[in-house]
Amino acid sequence: MALKIVKGSIDRMFDKNLQDLVRGIRNHKEDEAKYISTCIDEIKQELKQDNIAVKANAVCKLTYLQMLGYDVSWAAFNIVEVMSSSKFTYKRIGYLAASQCFHEGTDVIMLTTNQIRKDLSSPHQYDTGVALTGLSCFVTPDLARDLANDIMTLMSHTKPYIRKKAVLIMYKVFLKYPESLRPAFPRLKEKLEDPDPGVQSAAVNVICELARRNPKNYLSLAPLFFKLMTSSTNNWVLIKIIKLFGALTPLEPRLGKKMIEPLTNLIHSTSAMSLLYECVNTVIAVLISLSSGMPNHSASIQLCVQKLRILIEDSDQNLKYLGLLAMSKILKTHPKSVQSHKDLILQCLDDKDESIRLRALDLLYGMVSKKNLMEIVKKLMLHVDKAEGTTYRDELLTKIIDICSQSNYQYITNFEWYISILVELTRLEGTRHGHLIASQMLDVAIRVKAIRGFAVAQMATLLDNAHLLTGNTQHNGICEVLYAAAWICGEFSEHLEDPMQTLEAMLRPKVATLPGHIQAVYVQNAAKLFATVLRKHEGETDSHAVQETSQLLIDRLPLFVQSANLEVQERASCILQLVKYIQKLQQKKVEVAEEVTALFAGELNPVAPKAQKKVPVPEGLDLDAWINKPPSESESEDEKPKAVFAKEEPKHSRSRHTEVDEKELAKRREARKQEQANNPFYIKASPSSQKVYDAPGVEHIPVVQIDLSVPLKVPGMPMSDQYLKLEEERRQKEKAERKKKEKKKKREKRGKERKADSGPESEEDITPAHQVDIVTEEMPENALPSDDDDKDPNDPHKALDIDLDKPLADSEKLPVRTHRPEVLKSPAEDRVNESIPQETKKRSSKEKKEKKKGKEKDRKRSKEEKKKKKHKEVEEELLESHPEEAVQSEETKEAATPPTSAEEETTPLSAAAADMSSAAAPESEPDEPKDAEPEDTKSSKHKKKKQKKEKEEKEKKKKKRHHHHHHHHHHHSDAGGDDSVQNGTVEEEEPLPPMSNYSLLAENSYIKMMKEDADQVYDIQGNHQDESKVVVSVIFENKSDSFLKSMEFNVLDSLNSKLQRPEGAGAHDSLTVPFQLPPGISNEARFVFSVQSIVMPQKLKGTLTFIVKSDESSTHEKLDFKLHFTCTSYLITTPCYSDAYAKLLESGDLKGSSLRLERIKMPFHHLLARICFHHHFSVVERIDSCASMYSRSIQGHHVCLLVKTSDQTVSIDAKCDEPSLLGNVLDEIKQTFSKC
Amino acid sequence: MIKAILIFNNHGKPRLSKFYEHYTEDTEQQIIRETFHLVSKRDENICNFLEGGLLIGGSDNKLIYRHYATLYFVFCVDSSESELGILDLIQVFVETLDKCFENVCELDLIFHVDKVHNILAEMVMGGMVLETNMSEIITQVEAQGKMEKSEAGIAGAPARAVSAVKNMNLPEMPKNINIGDISIKVPNLPSFK
Repeated sequence: MALKIVKGSIDRMFDKNLQDLVRGIRNHKEDEAKYISTCIDEIKQELKQDNIAVKANAVCKLTYLQMLGYDVSWAAFNIVEVMSSSKFTYKRIGYLAASQCFHEGTDVIMLTTNQIRKDLSSPHQYDTGVALTGLSCFVTPDLARDLANDIMTLMSHTKPYIRKKAVLIMYKVFLKYPESLRPAFPRLKEKLEDPDPGVQSAAVNVICELARRNPKNYLSLAPLFFKLMTSSTNNWVLIKIIKLFGALTPLEPRLGKKMIEPLTNLIHSTSAMSLLYECVNTVIAVLISLSSGMPNHSASIQLCVQKLRILIEDSDQNLKYLGLLAMSKILKTHPKSVQSHKDLILQCLDDKDESIRLRALDLLYGMVSKKNLMEIVKKLMLHVDKAEGTTYRDELLTKIIDICSQSNYQYITNFEWYISILVELTRLEGTRHGHLIASQMLDVAIRVKAIRGFAVAQMATLLDNAHLLTGNTQHNGICEVLYAAAWICGEFSEHLEDPMQTLEAMLRPKVATLPGHIQAVYVQNAAKLFATVLRKHEGETDSHAVQETSQLLIDRLPLFVQSANLEVQERASCILQLVKYIQKLQQKKVEVAEEVTALFAGELNPVAPKAQKKVPVPEGLDLDAWINKPPSESESEDEKPKAVFAKEEPKHSRSRHTEVDEKELAKRREARKQEQANNPFYIKASPSSQKVYDAPGVEHIPVVQIDLSVPLKVPGMPMSDQYLKLEEERRQKEKAERKKKEKKKKREKRGKERKADSGPESEEDITPAHQVDIVTEEMPENALPSDDDDKDPNDPHKALDIDLDKPLADSEKLPVRTHRPEVLKSPAEDRVNESIPQETKKRSSKEKKEKKKGKEKDRKRSKEEKKKKKHKEVEEELLESHPEEAVQSEETKEAATPPTSAEEETTPLSAAAADMSSAAAPESEPDEPKDAEPEDTKSSKHKKKKQKKEKEEKEKKKKKRHHHHHHHHHHHSDAGGDDSVQNGTVEEEEPLPPMSNYSLLAENSYIKMMKEDADQVYDIQGNHQDESKVVVSVIFENKSDSFLKSMEFNVLDSLNSKLQRPEGAGAHDSLTVPFQLPPGISNEARFVFSVQSIVMPQKLKGTLTFIVKSDESSTHEKLDFKLHFTCTSYLITTPCYSDAYAKLLESGDLKGSSLRLERIKMPFHHLLARICFHHHFSVVERIDSCASMYSRSIQGHHVCLLVKTSDQTVSIDAKCDEPSLLGNVLDEIKQTFSKC
Repeated sequence: MIKAILIFNNHGKPRLSKFYEHYTEDTEQQIIRETFHLVSKRDENICNFLEGGLLIGGSDNKLIYRHYATLYFVFCVDSSESELGILDLIQVFVETLDKCFENVCELDLIFHVDKVHNILAEMVMGGMVLETNMSEIITQVEAQGKMEKSEAGIAGAPARAVSAVKNMNLPEMPKNINIGDISIKVPNLPSFK
């Protein structure tokens, strides 16, 4: 054996470690993937070995490979194994790997709950620390719920190192398990005033993070933060607090007023730029929130702007960037103060840093006015020309359009200029935003009626020069503008100078290379143009032009009829037939213009983007209801789908109709209009705009005079700069005129107050170049005014919108895993308890004392009550695990939800575990040490009556929870773990009676110690000494009203078993328990024992000494106990496959023994469950009333059992490679059942 | 909140990646690549902030980075973090690495990524800043290092010997890629100590 271990450790030396792996990868640059795949194979081999060191090494390498992008989720179980190592080195490797690759979907996470809980309560602070760090990365809702209470306890740990981590991780817990927020909040608040700056900073961090999402719930903390802000010197904390105030002030303007002074002081005094910057930011937020002007506010604004200007002018690009960023916030409310720094911002547009240029662009957006729009856009156009990267150029393009179109084209005085700008922008090569330009063109042309003539002329030239745009590729985004151009020319064709020419341009063969949807628009609008041409020339004696046009269409359209695009083909073929028919009619000299135009009559009105969404659902309309009964599945395929809409016309068949009855068409059109008019759900155009081309309504549109003196350099490419000059001239002229008028007025009303006409012209003075009639977007009637379409329903922070000021209710407790046997309270106790949660902290201490006294009497009266204590603080009460209550509230919740709901599926394993242990404890434990204090036996009599009742209750609960057991068992057996193990055989059988591994160790009137039955056993193979370590968890519970401190734990070592003491400590020194116990609190400590031989049970005598500190006095007390190590406790639940099991039995290495148990009344599966649970076996196979079971000792002994039952007799045949171990285990099993 | 911390070299090779939100391995690699492309094409002496990439969530996020010799240190943060504060944190991080590795260079990060993770874990936890005081960080890191050594004890000795032998075979281990002047202080940025 020893040789094997030595050999193993030598092998291990030559395993690749992380460094070797990295080196190997670097040496295999050419075939890296191949090399790594061989490495992964090696790792897989290493993971199969028992040696934990080898496994840890393998997991460490996997973590590295994960960073390189390799999926390592297959090793998740091995990672859990390494996490549960007792050595810090390996544990840390395991947790690191878990934090890198575990997530909510990782199923083995549910196996880790108990392990993490143990690590959290480890006596070594770094074990706890490492567990907290890991958990912060992969906490799931289940983990959060199960561990919330443990983490909350850690928030009051003696070590600040643990405290700060526990405080910080609470944020993650809140996110995953929002119910924990209210119970935990009082303590979190308390930590804001923690003596350790690190803990304080962590608490501020968490609360700021919470408040950022739901500020209104944290307003009540403002005074506390205000105090911190004025007292703290930690810049990190200050920044966080100041940021928090920025979020709070919009909700409470009074707070803002109070903030300004200290903030301005900080701005003046601090030397840290980061703090200065955040102060400025918050002052801005305050000023925004204070809409009503206070006299000294302009000073604050000035100060901010001034400081920001210094930042922007700084040579440090970071400060420049941030300055611009903050400036943009001021801009929203105080545009005037920013506009005076226009020079600086325009200068930033030339910066070499793109981030800064983008920020400056953002600022420009808010800085434009009617007066400077043209100038600013001119600057931007220059930048567009200069810009090197397409991304930045595209950004500029969108910004120009944003700037111009903002608030309904508010700042545009001359739309001709704007159209020219848009046309100029089409010259950009390779832009992605052709679509954006197109939609602007359409929007302007539709909504600004006055500009249509000009727009149409521009679009016509654009179409004429389409080849310049489309140039090389079809993928060129800019060709989108042709879509707009074609539509505008067609729709407003009455403004066209020469429709023939445009029509010709639209039907060029080159068009066929454009994307399908654009071609379709071309074809459709060609038809519109055709209608215009017809109308124009109708009545003329010489119909030459018309015939020519018809011929042109008939010649060119077949090209489109052949198009691969369905839409193009369909439209082209329809129109071609139409034209042919018209041509026929023309030859008969029939006047058709009227009818053809009617085809395209009617106007499209712009509809607001959200209009559709805002149509209210009329009462009685159920959108989810079937209109017709859904067709049954069995219906045969040949049945045609029914038309849902009655009016649906049969589609044109492929064969082309040679005759289209126009009258029929018109009639249909009319009918449709009628129908639409009567249909309440159809969004109609307003009647005013529903007109035909020659309706008199057009006349009121002022016709824009195109100034032909403007030389157009490129056809269709007007220089927008010209407009700038023109505009200036125009304004000059206007100004002069106004002056003249004013002068006249002045002359008339001499002596009246002087007008400041010499100053800069104000916004209102600038009149638009032409009468602009912007058609507003339509909204449905009774549109819902709600504007919260933007809220994301999936935001996890929504769940944290919880009122924190309400007093805690009874039900609001964190689920607690409880270790206490006594769960039933006397009725009197209940009454007292009921009143507690309602009471707040403010309750006078007098009252408290009275209550305490009353309680003391109660205690004397009944023994059961002795565990129930009053707590000084309400918060503490949360901590106390009232098992009954916790379980019950949990219970009621579950009862309320139907068992099929998904929530039910995920109900906590550990809640079930808690249930189990708490429920089980009252039974006199089979393996409860006999040497327990006599007090307990006295009380047990009393207990039993109540327990009966309670047991019944629990049974019921069990039934409800039945399916959880499955998870539960699965969980434990896989974890190779501790308490209950039963391999999923219960499903269809009776519920299991509850079981617990906690047994009473010793208790007196002050303290009670409970021992978890050798709960986790680690084997340290490969160590030089052949010894094993056993970890014993002991729960200390303070039963008194006093504070217990300086607890020291000591055990008299035997030759075989020794308590592990820290290095340098003597063999008889005691260990300090790493916590103190306030009244009523319990906590768990773990002690490590090293054991040489495991074949015999062991008993160790020990003593716990502690100081009882009450208000008046403090006394030194001690409590003796005996630790009992059963042979069972050296067994580890190890799953075993039946084939391996068979081999093991065949090998003949094992020696047998057997046991007979008489009069066992419990069902067989209970029996198995008990063996699994108390003796750490796992079921290998079960056939009817016969089962084979397996377990392994920490030193590698195999233990096999064959359990058979008939009537009330159970016979157990056992085999093991160590006879004395087997004998002892069998004795213990016998003992377990003799107690039932 | 810090969403992710990435360290990669001038060629985009990841040296450390820590995501505080879950992404699949493929997405993580994509994010690293994208971030590298965004960051690497930026000149020196321009600002250290840039609006986040497309992959790592939303407009609220920013990339804050620093470039030391051959390595980029990139933090992806949301708007609750102070930009200048994070710049300072990166500085603290690098200085801490410098102390822990004694003249840190890229090779240290290449071969001891686990240690770098452990140091980082003392500064940032679950995306939130845990500690900014360098001496406190170093104390905790060293205490844990000591614990590790004591656990390795005698059993670790042969392994260490073997690794020493392995290293002997590789004379090209010198720390040649020095980060250079690590003590570059940001102008106008008095640190947070």
